[in-house]
Amino acid sequence: MTVPLPATHADPSAVLQGVLERHAGELGALLPILHDVQDALGHIPKHIVPEIATALNLSRAEVHGVVTYYHHFREQPAARHVIQICRAEACQSMGAEALLAHAQLHLGCGAHGTSKDGVFTLEPAYCLGLCASSPAMTLDDELHARVTPKTFDALVAQARSEA
Amino acid sequence: MSSITVYVPRDSAALAAGANRVARRIAEEAAARGVDIQLVRNGSRGLFWLEPLVEVATPAGRIAYGPVTPDDVAGLFDAGFATGGAHALNLGLTDEIPYLKKQERLTFARMGITDPVSLADYEAHEGYAGLRQALALAPEAVVQQVLDSGLRGRGGAAFPAGIKWKTVLATPADQKYIVCNADEGDSGTFSDRMTMEGDPFVLIEGMTIAGIATGATRGYIYVRSEYPHAIAALNEAIGHATAAGYLGADVLGSGKAFVLEVRKGAGSYVCGEETALLESLEGKRGIVRAKPPLPAITGLFGKPTLINNVITLASVPIILARGAAFYRDYGMGRSRGTLPIQLAGNIKHGGLVERAFGVTLRELLYDYGGGSATGRPIKAVQVGGPLGAYVPPSQWDLPLDYEAFAAVGATVGHGGIVVHDDTADLSVMARYAMEFCAIESCGKCTPCRIGSTRGVEVIDKIRADQNRAQQVILLRDLCDTMVHGSLCAMGGMTPFPVLSALNHFPQDFGLVVPDRAAA
Repeated sequence: MTVPLPATHADPSAVLQGVLERHAGELGALLPILHDVQDALGHIPKHIVPEIATALNLSRAEVHGVVTYYHHFREQPAARHVIQICRAEACQSMGAEALLAHAQLHLGCGAHGTSKDGVFTLEPAYCLGLCASSPAMTLDDELHARVTPKTFDALVAQARSEA
Repeated sequence: MSSITVYVPRDSAALAAGANRVARRIAEEAAARGVDIQLVRNGSRGLFWLEPLVEVATPAGRIAYGPVTPDDVAGLFDAGFATGGAHALNLGLTDEIPYLKKQERLTFARMGITDPVSLADYEAHEGYAGLRQALALAPEAVVQQVLDSGLRGRGGAAFPAGIKWKTVLATPADQKYIVCNADEGDSGTFSDRMTMEGDPFVLIEGMTIAGIATGATRGYIYVRSEYPHAIAALNEAIGHATAAGYLGADVLGSGKAFVLEVRKGAGSYVCGEETALLESLEGKRGIVRAKPPLPAITGLFGKPTLINNVITLASVPIILARGAAFYRDYGMGRSRGTLPIQLAGNIKHGGLVERAFGVTLRELLYDYGGGSATGRPIKAVQVGGPLGAYVPPSQWDLPLDYEAFAAVGATVGHGGIVVHDDTADLSVMARYAMEFCAIESCGKCTPCRIGSTRGVEVIDKIRADQNRAQQVILLRDLCDTMVHGSLCAMGGMTPFPVLSALNHFPQDFGLVVPDRAAA
């Protein structure tokens, strides 16, 4: 999953106009549009939903329904760094649940939460496709395999020092 | 000194093990030592415990080193690895590694060998031979080849691919579509990801053949958002194929059009179900449609649509290139050809094993897999993803065959095998199956939407010994409702892992079954 830094300075409406122009005339364009908006803004602000709906001749309810149906789309910005820990079966067989518990303790937040220091958003993932190298996680765009609590701490410390 | 070719995989599993850092160190070290190397970022050979697996081309063949860390690189140069020098990490000729040598790689013939985004490399390795064959045949004859090959849907449902193709061909319309289901959400599966990252042209060629055969001029590859590297490789390959005339308004001068677009999913497991995927492509919530109408007749945007999984479509080029009989001669019973099997979870040698149908789980787990990663006894393996059954040791001698597995209430599915050692509590895994269904249910039908939540509660009560015997009856009843009342496989198959765990490992649920030996 591409997790860009939230570009808080960007004007959501201007970003949306550019995105809508890029996808003009495209069939079934709603998901591509939402992806582009989220890639640019870090999330999909609630107040631009009516604009998207008008442009695609949909109801606000339909667009809201799509934004909230898919796990990937966020209505709120994520923290500076996003950590995803896979908790699907293959990773569970190699201790993913213990790793997730460790991460929650270390970051001081629950799954889907933001760390105490506000630097990390922690999310469970359901398969990163690294099932022969479990347990797996992502830190922003980087994939990591065979993660132990120790390597987790090192990755977090490194990201924190760069923050 | 002539240039030496060094291969460092770009597959996600290699990247997760540090392949980019290794590649960087090799480039730096070569520059510092004045060694002229050409670095190729190949796909993975699928031997994931050896990743990053670095290879060098020598006159005798490619020699493998692995697993290589950045710190090993200087020592490798000292040992003369660029000419196959001896080193503790030297694994000998790659093709002679038993794990690889004992495989039957048809769909994965080029995997790890070629540069995934090099069209010239693809063409030099039998690439586009299938499409050229297809263009020389009538559409009906292409469909007949697929029918005769015995190829069945590799996504899990195992529906004969040729029947779908025939239906789309026979349905007249002003527009038809080819859709590739690349929403590989099942835990324990990564063969779609490997194909898209490591040999994207084979999927593109397969879809182009499908378009030519059925009269579809437009294709979509729906890739899950968790696979950014697959999306990037596909887009690059589509660009090259289009520039070279393999895609576009006039495919290889045939007068037939086929254009291809990658669409990104958004983290919904149920979008791997074909009708939910079509809804998602149309820009809607990924809600399952009732069938009929079949997608082959009324599919994407209401048009006839051929929807197949990545491996199904990627198996088509070799069927056309070498003929249906060549492919059909592999396999057993009604399971023809080969299956790219994925060994995952708690396994010493996890990776990709492509074999003809008929291989046994025991052979896969021990001859290839080398037993569990933890060294403890293997207790159960889940075959076919989160909706597949937990298979106990007593069934490990069954041949991998769709019908043989169905006969014992299990599924081959997408060929993913997740291994659990004896520390696994199968009641916890059963609970997780229900929990996962509750998280990912699209919500359209009641057995799945409500049943999964009730399932978690009932299993919690069984585990806590609250009216255990009664709750077990309730759980079985609930599973029965889900199997028979759900709209799609999400709710309809979640009982597979649950009931197999309960039936084969009753002791994990606190049940004592005196007249039945615990599996």
